[in-house]
Amino acid sequence: MNIVVAIKHVPSTTDELELNEDGTNLDFDEIDFLLNEFDEHAIEQAVLLKEAAGGEVTVIGVDVIEELDGVLHTALAKGADKAAKIVGDIEPPVSSHTQAKWLADAIAEMNPDLVLTGVQAVDDLDGQIGPMLAAYLDLPYVGVVTGVSSQNGSVLAHKEFAGGVMAEYEVTLPAVLGIQAAEKPPRYAPISKIRQMAKSAEIEEFEVDEDFEYEGCELRKMAKPESAGHAEMIEGDPEEVAEKIIAILEERGLL
Amino acid sequence: MSNDILVITEHLDGKVADISYEMVGKAKELAGTWDGQAVAVMMGDGMADQANGFDSDATLYIDHPALAEFNPEAYGRVALALAQERSPRLIMVGNTSVGMDLAAWLSVKLGAACVAYVNGLEAEGDTLVATAQLYGGKMAAACAMDGPAVVSVMAGAFPAEDGMGSTVAESAAPPASLDDLKVRFVQLIRPEAGDVDITAVDKLVAIGRGIGSEDNIELAQELAEALGAEVAASRPIIDAGWLPKTRQVGKSGLTVKPKLYLMLGISGAPEHLEGMKDAELIIAVNTDPNAPIFDVAHYGVAQDLFDVAEAMLEALE
Ligand SMILES: Cc1cc2nc3c(=O)[nH]c(=O)nc-3n(C[C@H](O)[C@H](O)[C@H](O)COP(=O)(O)OP(=O)(O)OC[C@H]3O[C@@H](n4cnc5c(N)ncnc54)[C@H](O)[C@@H]3O)c2cc1C
Ligand SMILES: Nc1ncnc2c1ncn2[C@@H]1O[C@H](COP(=O)(O)O)[C@@H](O)[C@H]1O
Repeated sequence: MNIVVAIKHVPSTTDELELNEDGTNLDFDEIDFLLNEFDEHAIEQAVLLKEAAGGEVTVIGVDVIEELDGVLHTALAKGADKAAKIVGDIEPPVSSHTQAKWLADAIAEMNPDLVLTGVQAVDDLDGQIGPMLAAYLDLPYVGVVTGVSSQNGSVLAHKEFAGGVMAEYEVTLPAVLGIQAAEKPPRYAPISKIRQMAKSAEIEEFEVDEDFEYEGCELRKMAKPESAGHAEMIEGDPEEVAEKIIAILEERGLL
Repeated sequence: MSNDILVITEHLDGKVADISYEMVGKAKELAGTWDGQAVAVMMGDGMADQANGFDSDATLYIDHPALAEFNPEAYGRVALALAQERSPRLIMVGNTSVGMDLAAWLSVKLGAACVAYVNGLEAEGDTLVATAQLYGGKMAAACAMDGPAVVSVMAGAFPAEDGMGSTVAESAAPPASLDDLKVRFVQLIRPEAGDVDITAVDKLVAIGRGIGSEDNIELAQELAEALGAEVAASRPIIDAGWLPKTRQVGKSGLTVKPKLYLMLGISGAPEHLEGMKDAELIIAVNTDPNAPIFDVAHYGVAQDLFDVAEAMLEALE
């Protein structure tokens, strides 16, 4: 099976998030980037399918801020066979529709049996690229998937709903699936192997389609959310904190 | 473009989900300001009765065997055909396992704008302004739309009561062919019962990625035992295979309302909050003083969870 996995590098959300001067986006110079968590699962699921049924796994991403190579090398170290990136005169932020169209154009040339994305990326929290790829490629889409097995010409996919309820779908290939979790926890790639990939890997390049335009929404501003309340912070050294917590629990009859 | 709003309602296992009412209530208010209609759409198989009782201007019930349970392709075809017929200004879906499959797909097919994780919607004259969450709840964005739009709405963003009413649904045949589907629903898989039912216990010690490694879970277990609590967890702990799925709290896990929810190393992502925000007492320990969980917790400690957990264990002995 020929599998393409779309992957994205995202700012680490455990960092302090600083805004740029006009408050329309993050200040990307101040932030660490890593492979989107759900994309790790998508890569793992692709590699598991390849190991079970044969084939090839290609990872691809839009190189929006020219930091993509690192995550492509990581994916190769985790078992992907080929890597590709979409390059050109890219002026961030690029809308999801535009990124999805660029990805769809490149992926269409690869003729995949199966396209996997992460269910969403933690940065914009939108989970849009997967369904958009399916729309542009005219393929079926199932998202929030936590396990895929292949059979003749189709796959069985498990999709999660609330309360731990899942549904099983049979999906005719080719198709796009949005992966929430692979059947097994993603494998670890040793730094030495990633370094080796950084030295030896060839990354295929696709040019952006500069003519594509999509009238989406206008981002007015970004800000730290205003919250209705805030926790009462308990200060002190750990012993004092422990005592205070225990006092709160005792006062409420919880101990 | 008309001034109507289409709300794609949802149900699972025969039960209408609250998010449906939450969206209908907001849709009715917005459509009122534009002199349009809030139209609730329910798709199902033999469940016309459940389509009654929204406070919509009209409810359409589409009946077909392929719509018995959610099927992204079948739902997509129906929603697209309805949208093409009525060219609504706005389509609302839930930011749920159902809506996440539909929103962005519909927006491409309709050439509409798309905003996910929406927790606020306002009409400013003819412009729709949506507020959305980003970066795991650490940022909020305001997006303005003048043309047609699809939004996916967060559970709990709007009150469900506002969407409950007495509109009687009109039944209709699918407006698009549901033959030759490439996605076929096979079966529902219900969760197996675990060793404990975390929705039924009074006290939970919940651990998140901050716990670092599988070996450290023992510390949480000891603390839980000393407090007479059970251990629960955020999704990454379950996905890593460190605890069973029956311990997961959140959007795709269980919803809990314990008397005590003590959180160690959980950031407070919207999907986790969905499962625990109504707990009676929430105490969060997180080294990041800006973690979103501190906007929701009653008490917070911006310290290392290991120091605090060990100190608590010692004090309890
Ligand atoms: C469709 C969908 C459904 C989902 N369903 C769920 C669900 O049901 N439940 C769920 O939980 N998530 C769910 N998620 C995932 C969710 O988006 C978040 O990724 C997840 O909740 C993050 O878990 P976390 O807070 O443990 O990890 P992180 O967000 O990584 O946070 C870890 C926190 O630990 C803190 N920390 C690190 N070290 C320490 C230390 N030594 N002491 C104290 N604090 C420390 C960090 O500051 C950080 O805030 C879902 C996602 C999707 C897309
Ligand atoms: N720039 C990108 N390049 C490649 N894949 C992407 C890109 N952006 C998003 N994706 C894929 O689409 C998924 C959902 O992303 P998003 O729509 O940004 O939440 C991610 O998990 C990736 O698999």
